[in-house]
Amino acid sequence: MHELSIVLSIVDTAEAQAQKYEATGVERIDLEIGTLAGIEPDALAFAWEAALPGTILAGAERHIHYIQARARCLDCSHEFDVQQLYEACPQCGEYFTELLQGQELKIKSITLTTAEEAIS
Amino acid sequence: MCSTCGCNQPSDAVTITLIGEEQHANEHHGFSLDLAAGDDPQKPHHFHPGHHHHHGPGQQHHLHGHSHSHHHHHGHDHEHDHSHVKTVVELEQDILQKNNLLAERNRGFLEARNVLALNLVSSPGSGKTSLLERTLASLKDELECFVIEGDQQTSNDANRIAATGAPVVQINTGKGCHLDSDMVNQAIKKIRPTEGSVLFIENVGNLVCPSLFDLGEGARVVIISVTEGDDKPIKYPDMFHSSDLCIINKIDLLPYVQFDVEKAKEYARRVNHHLEFIELSATSGEGMETWLDWLRGKREWVNARMGECENA
Repeated sequence: MHELSIVLSIVDTAEAQAQKYEATGVERIDLEIGTLAGIEPDALAFAWEAALPGTILAGAERHIHYIQARARCLDCSHEFDVQQLYEACPQCGEYFTELLQGQELKIKSITLTTAEEAIS
Repeated sequence: MCSTCGCNQPSDAVTITLIGEEQHANEHHGFSLDLAAGDDPQKPHHFHPGHHHHHGPGQQHHLHGHSHSHHHHHGHDHEHDHSHVKTVVELEQDILQKNNLLAERNRGFLEARNVLALNLVSSPGSGKTSLLERTLASLKDELECFVIEGDQQTSNDANRIAATGAPVVQINTGKGCHLDSDMVNQAIKKIRPTEGSVLFIENVGNLVCPSLFDLGEGARVVIISVTEGDDKPIKYPDMFHSSDLCIINKIDLLPYVQFDVEKAKEYARRVNHHLEFIELSATSGEGMETWLDWLRGKREWVNARMGECENA
């Protein structure tokens, strides 16, 4: 359940940003997660429910943008989508590949609500 | 105080103990999975608009602006005038940034001290501690070795290591399933590895979670034993993808188990073609010399890099 640590890191970052901008709440948070980042969406959702009550992220909309993992064959230079870390190149059958993307684990943006006293 | 969240939370806390030191609860790492976390300000990771957020004296920002308290942030029916403004902060920040930054600090410290640090990862029961015991005994008169032991509970492993004479710190993660760079940072401060030494960090037995958490090590060593399945590298690819060396342990048991060494290696190479392999038995000693030579080689490599810097 490292997803819990992940969620707690997200909470820390959100709270730091809220303090910085003197925000009163977070309306939405956008995450970018590679399909091979080692994060189980179900486990993340569970940890999210468990860890968020009482934090600034309680009630915030969570948007996850998944990034499809891609690899390049180091033998024939073919680039292709991968579902696993151990896929052979569909063009030449070699396992001699390097991952180009798909292990991202990022907070893309946070939408904060800030209360401002009206100037009258 | 916990550097992750600044809380004072004692339950499920991480404890870091130098074996031989008076063993009492000291550093901790507030980390509570509290399904019913209410509004107790002592609990970690709580955020109260209109309250003081519990943080250190150096920080200045307190959330303020409302003298009334409310837990939802949509109210527009307050007595005084204010409007809510939306701010979109484009962060583009790695979620594990905090861990990664601290890991780099650990790495920098260890590099400057000319310490070779190895992160040993495996599933429970692969023989990490036995391998370490034998390694420490063999290197006793040759290299100074330090050990950080990670387990959810007990100091059993650290006591086994202490019996070899090597300085050892036990990290108990409580319910945590992996070591992180903050725990290792605190453990390094306690154990104080000397110049030119080797620091072994035995991670929590878990082939999944520790793969994501950089500790600041110089190399990562994954250990599998022949009593496991030979398809482990593709069942748990993340760990094999992030490791530098794969040790296949308990080869003295090969006649009794259905484990195809070549197949296991082939699977592991599919995941990571940079991976090196050493087959050994920490019980019989077979293959141990290859592992010790690998360690000596790595140690010399770290030395050589220091030398390059001095001559530059």
